[in-house]
Parts: sequence; C-alpha cells; structure tokens
Amino acid sequence: MQTMIKTEHLSKEYGGKKVVDGLDLQVNLKETFGFLGPNGAGKTTTIRMLTTLTRPTSGRVWINGFDGVKEATKVKGVFGIVQQHLSLNRELSVRENLDLHARLHHLDKAERKDRIDELLDYVDLAEYSDHLIEKISGGMKRRVMIARALIHRPRLLILDEPTVGLDAQTRRRIWDLIRRMNSDGTTVFLTTHYIEEAEALCDRVGIIHQGRMISLGSPLELRKRLGLAVVERRRGGDDTEYRYFPDRGSATEYVQSLLPGIERIVMRESNLEDVFVELTGRRVSE
Amino acid sequence: MTIIDAYSILWADLMVLKRRMARYLVTTLISPLLYLVAFGWGLGRGISVDGASYFEFVVPGIIALTAMNSSFNGAGTRLNVDRLFFKSFDECLMAPVSPLSLLLGKAMIGVVRGLISSAAFMIVALLIAPAFSVDPLFLVSLLVTCLAFAFLGVLAALLAKSHEDMATFGSLILLPMTFLGGTFFSVSQLPDALKFALYALPLTHSSTCLRAAALGQPFPWESLLAIGSFWLVFFVGCNLVLKRASI
Repeated sequence: MQTMIKTEHLSKEYGGKKVVDGLDLQVNLKETFGFLGPNGAGKTTTIRMLTTLTRPTSGRVWINGFDGVKEATKVKGVFGIVQQHLSLNRELSVRENLDLHARLHHLDKAERKDRIDELLDYVDLAEYSDHLIEKISGGMKRRVMIARALIHRPRLLILDEPTVGLDAQTRRRIWDLIRRMNSDGTTVFLTTHYIEEAEALCDRVGIIHQGRMISLGSPLELRKRLGLAVVERRRGGDDTEYRYFPDRGSATEYVQSLLPGIERIVMRESNLEDVFVELTGRRVSE
Repeated sequence: MTIIDAYSILWADLMVLKRRMARYLVTTLISPLLYLVAFGWGLGRGISVDGASYFEFVVPGIIALTAMNSSFNGAGTRLNVDRLFFKSFDECLMAPVSPLSLLLGKAMIGVVRGLISSAAFMIVALLIAPAFSVDPLFLVSLLVTCLAFAFLGVLAALLAKSHEDMATFGSLILLPMTFLGGTFFSVSQLPDALKFALYALPLTHSSTCLRAAALGQPFPWESLLAIGSFWLVFFVGCNLVLKRASI
C-alpha cells in the first residue's frame, strides 16, 4: 500500500518537555485518517511538523515520499491545510483570498480564474465571491478555507478541527465536502473533537495521548478491542460503572444477572468516545 | 520566481490599500502637516538654518519622517496583524515560496506606502514652498529610506509576540528618532559626542540626504551608504529571525 504520510520516532521538545514523543505514524494514500487526542496531547504540534512550520527535535517525517525538513518546498506543494482558527485575510474578498493562494502555488492567470470559479461552485459560494471575508458567516468562512486548501489540487488535505464551532447543518455539509474530496482521490488527515465526525468520516483513527500514539485502527477495530457492547450501571450522582462486552448477547446475560430495582442500567453499542475515555481517562472534548 | 512570488505577496496588500486609498491619503497627511504647521510656520518663523529659511529646512526632514513612519508601519503593522490577528502569515509560510520572496513581499508594501505618503506630502510641500527641488538623488535617498524602514518594520513584526510589542517598539525606537533624527534641527551644530550618537540613528542620515538633495547642497554620499548599511543589517536580521521562527 502506498504511503502519503510517514513519521519515524518523531519528537518535539519545548523547554525540555516532550510534546510529541517518538511518534510512528503511517497514513495510506487516499484514506481518511482521524487523529484524536485530548487538548495538549500533541496534535497541533504534529500537524505543524507535517506542514513544515515546526522542525522536529528528532525523528523524521515524509510527505508523499518527500523529507519534511530537507525537501520542505516540495512538501508544501503536496498538502493543503484548513487550520482550526480562521486564517483568512479578512480585508480581502472571498475571490481575492483564493487568488492569493493560487498565486503562491504558481497557477497561471487563466488557470487561477478557472480553478477559483470551479471551487466556488464546489463549496457553493459563487454568489459570495466578491464579498469581504469579514461580511460572511462562520460556516462560509470555513468553506472558503476548504476551497483555498484545494486550490492547487493537493494530494493530501490536512483538516485541523474542520467543523469546530459550526452548527449541525453546516457540519453535515462540510462532511459531504470531505467525502467528495476523498472520493476524488485526496488523502485526508483530520483532527476533531467531535467523535461522531471521526466515526462518520475516518477509515482509520489514531489516538494520541501525552505525545504518544496509544491506539491505532479502524473505528470498528478499536471498538472491538474494547468491546462492541457496553453496560452502564448508574448508581446515582456521577458514579457510573462501564462494563464492555464482545457482543450484545454477553452484555444481555450480564444485565439479567444483576438484581433488579436498585440501579439504573443502560445497555448500548460502544462508540469511539468509549474507546477514547478508556484509553486516556478523558473525554474527547476535554 | 523569487520576484514573482514576492509580487504575489505584495499583491494582496495592494488590494487592501487600493480599497482604502482615499482614507489612507487623508490620514497619512495629517501628521506631517501638523509638524509643518507647528515647526515650520509656528516655531520656525523668521529663523534660518544652514543658509535656508527654517521652513525650507524642515520640509525635507518631515519627508524623511513621513517615509520612516509610513514604511515602518506599512510593513510592520500589516505583518503584525497578519501574523497575530488574522493568522494568515502561516498560510504564506506553508506555501512553496522562498523566505526571501516572503520577506521582500512583506517589506514592499511598506515601501509602497512610504513612497505614496511621501509623494502626497511632497505635492503639498511643493505648493507651499516652490523652491524645494526633487532631483534623482532625492528620489534615490527616499527609496533607500523607505526600504530600510520597511525591513525594520518587518523585523519588529517578526520579533513581536503581541500587538503591544509593536507599540512598545514604536515608543522606544521610532518616537525618539522622530525628534532626534535631524528632522527639526541641524545635527552639524551639535557637540561631537552628541553628533556621534545621533548619527547612529538611520533617520539622521535620511534627513541629511534628503535635505542636501532638496536644497542643492553638497550630497552626503556617506549618509546614503549608511542608510544602505542599515537596510542590509535589517534585511539580514529578518532572515535570521524568520529561520529561527521555524523551531
């Protein structure tokens, strides 16, 4: 299988503290990979190293076979990125923001115009092309950032919390966009705080905690390792016990063995949030 | 490719400037015109310096001052806003353009703004003081001044960790230079020790060059060389800081 992102013992230290600690990662061509971790786990630092903004303290990174340090300029031509924070020039129009990015990626004049028109249609913003960024909504800004990231037809799209702060309807719309980009052959690497986003979009998920990769696999594989069914015993207050079972049948047997009437019991399918909490001791949103 | 990439970066800032040109021209003239009224017509009435009326003497100094402020702020404040407020500078860092293109592109908007502000003030000054002359040496001095201060602005913006840092830089470096950089008085009349200290300021050399060219006095080539040297130092500093930023 061809590899789009590869890291070997990738580490980054700030003031003697390892923020990323020996990360070994492999993201395959054309897959959608979810990178999950609590705040401060090292996700953003990893993305900064993948995108050449930050130099690793040790270890190596390759993007599409190019060395992330020695061949940084080639790497920059491979990926497009949608950062978590708004990173558009708010004093420029939608079209001008896209035009700037196209110029920086050396598209000629005719190609720039065609590509911008195509992408404005793609993200459904054609009628807002001459609006200043500061005059459009948060969801539209996010779509402009996605269009900008795609302007040079990157083979890898890095999305850092692509739907943070957006309403459910806009989030679904962006999910559709991400699926379309992936089906067009773009490899997608995304971080998210929304567990349902990772479950809906990702072929594989890596969970990073305290700078180390602690689990890796498809959402189903990760759930299977924990147990596909979960029983919650709520004893009042915040005291809830979670027990995981390989299937619904064994969970049902366990529930039937409990004395009735004393506790509230919930039986359900496990999800990535359960995996995440069991591995890190924290919820994804923390 | 370096020049094309630098122009691409400049292009975005030119779009913003074009949209705000009328407002920019008005605001950029306020400060130099106030200096002209206060020092040229107010304090300087009836005084002559180095064989010229004080009014004629002070106009080139105010042009140097305008070039300094507009170039520094035009490049530095823009970059500071892009880096820390819009956070769009990272997008430039992640584009396949060289650090040299990035620095040139970000500095050039300072040069453009400096030249526009100086030209606007010069037009007003020529209407008031027709004796004032603009020759090629004057234009070269003005251009090198704008380049030096635009790169100083980029350097300050790359070093700044907050918007307050830029304001502090302005208060500690630019404000003293405004009043001590030979803008309003002749440095040649000062004691040697003080003269030596003031020649450590780039604005002193800019004022000296522009004044000599405007008043038809012998041109101080060593001062032009000094401004060029400041430009080189600021340019090298920008390169070092940009490299260090990727850690």
